[in-house]
Amino acid sequence: MTPVLQVEDLKKHYPVKSGFLRRTTGTVFAVDGVSFSIAPGETLGLVGESGCGKSTVARTVMRLVEPTSGRIVVEGTDIAGLSKAALRPFRREMQMVFQDPFSSLNPRMSAGDIVREPLLVHNVASGREADERVAALFAQVGLRPGQMGNFPHQFSGGQRQRISIARALALNPRLIVADEPVSALDVSIQAQVINLLMDLQRDQGLAYLFIAHDLAVVEHISHKVAVMYLGRIVEYADKTSLYRRPQHPYTEALLSAVPVPDPKLKRRKRLLEGDVPSPMRPPPGCAFHTRCPYAEARCKVEAPVLRELAPGHVAACHLR
Amino acid sequence: MIADPILEVAGLRTVFFTAAGLVRAVEDVSFTLRRGEVLAVVGESGCGKSITALSLMRLVPSPPGRIVAGSVKLEGRDLLAISEAEMRAVRGNLMSMIFQEPMTSLNPVLTVGEQIAETVRLHRDVSKADAWARAVEMLRRVRIPEPAQRAKEYPHQLSGGMRQRAMIAIALACDPKVLIADEPTTALDVTIQAQILDLMLQLQQESGTSVLLITHDLGVVAETAQRVVVMYAGRKIEEASVEDLFARPMHPYTHGLMRSIPHLAAMSGAVAERLQEIPGMVPALSNLPGGCAFAARCGHADAACAAGVPPLEERRPDHYVACWHAGTLV
Repeated sequence: MTPVLQVEDLKKHYPVKSGFLRRTTGTVFAVDGVSFSIAPGETLGLVGESGCGKSTVARTVMRLVEPTSGRIVVEGTDIAGLSKAALRPFRREMQMVFQDPFSSLNPRMSAGDIVREPLLVHNVASGREADERVAALFAQVGLRPGQMGNFPHQFSGGQRQRISIARALALNPRLIVADEPVSALDVSIQAQVINLLMDLQRDQGLAYLFIAHDLAVVEHISHKVAVMYLGRIVEYADKTSLYRRPQHPYTEALLSAVPVPDPKLKRRKRLLEGDVPSPMRPPPGCAFHTRCPYAEARCKVEAPVLRELAPGHVAACHLR
Repeated sequence: MIADPILEVAGLRTVFFTAAGLVRAVEDVSFTLRRGEVLAVVGESGCGKSITALSLMRLVPSPPGRIVAGSVKLEGRDLLAISEAEMRAVRGNLMSMIFQEPMTSLNPVLTVGEQIAETVRLHRDVSKADAWARAVEMLRRVRIPEPAQRAKEYPHQLSGGMRQRAMIAIALACDPKVLIADEPTTALDVTIQAQILDLMLQLQQESGTSVLLITHDLGVVAETAQRVVVMYAGRKIEEASVEDLFARPMHPYTHGLMRSIPHLAAMSGAVAERLQEIPGMVPALSNLPGGCAFAARCGHADAACAAGVPPLEERRPDHYVACWHAGTLV
């Protein structure tokens, strides 16, 4: 099946300007050569710690920020270099849900108008037809159509995230890019939104690029998972393989660090030393070698490439 | 009687006078922290866990907040009955607190070393040089590399994890008897969270400090605490040892919370199934329903639940729960 999204060697570098003349004095390698593809109806989970570039991947794929280089292929067309006008039909295929349901909804628009706006912008529906579509979307995400006239501040965080999802669904996209969609929500509300996203996928064959730092949530919702560290994917596999047989020492450490809600499991944790290095000065060789418990001499000089270690399971580590 | 209590909270009630009406943030909360233990207070936003912590330290912003009833006894002395001057000698000395966001709770214009030394000089009669030496020693104890250098740095020069270590160093500088940690790792990445929790537990075992850990994360609770208090809508609804609570949650809310979080399958061996939702949302504290505050979201609710607030009762040894149906539910 042709993927709904194929990303090849995506890079996003930000120049750092400083001094009186605003000279470029450095570069932040936010995303540095990322490739993946998402099949129809499939969820790719993208995990990593803050500053690893996962949100920049989402924004670049959506062309909310311009990629430095690389290909973003949607329906056979590379959209990385398209003009705004040429990009427009592809925007209908990909929609985004953001982390913060407080800042991502216009406080001066009613919930109904927020969900209606994409229909009007893309000339899909207007008037009565649009009203009916909005009411149907409200019902679909578990909101009462009677709440269409209410404003964002009158909704709770979970309900606001439902409005965001309804807005993303309005144009019948094939892919939703969800950037930490449940991390701002309370535990009991998280489950409601995760279940809603999974129900929508089952009913409509939606694909998700699901970005989160919570490994348990990602495992629950994803089919495939990619782990990022300092702008690069270090491991990529189907969910079961990645969680049961992590190959990269970073993935191993991440999984080991997750607090498990079961006091009977007293695990010995593999604690990582130190902090994530600055993406302005990624370490030479393997970027993880400064924190890796197994690092050898060659890790400090030679950057590992992604290799297939088991069918469909790739990792970038010299030692595996 | 509870063996060797260090901090006894009884009938604590904190309210806020707001434009939306009277907000009962903490309603009749009692618990006891034992010497040398880690007691977790767990709940979702707005359940009153942070206001409970602030009430113990007498740091509730007033107005609009006010502690209207209850007692907080630290080794028998009621902190709610002493003067503000006496309370200042308690804070940071006998009882310390660390907060979620280390960037906003550190002073940006003082070096980390100065902030630790300041605390020491406030509570101990020592020279500046001795206080500075203590600051460097504390940074070493929280395993900050090159502590003598780091002591001269400002908070913005440190990473998030390092800042939280510095916060812990300030809090522990005077060897407090009680440490209150309000979501100490929530703002941190998972590998850094693991480092900080590990550090807190090590220091706690070294010093014998009793820790009150405020968190929303059941995973953190399971890995760090010995006992747990569960709060909902300002009230304590369940209390048990961590093993008993996770094995046999008795309140429908606690039970629902545990089933609503995804577990790492590799750890639990469970197959991914549909998450159990708790329907609806937490009620507004300014407009609480009569009776059990959880009734509107509870699958077991009946007329009795709407009629009256269920009392907290010991349903199993050392396992307390506030639910009219706790006897019939598993």
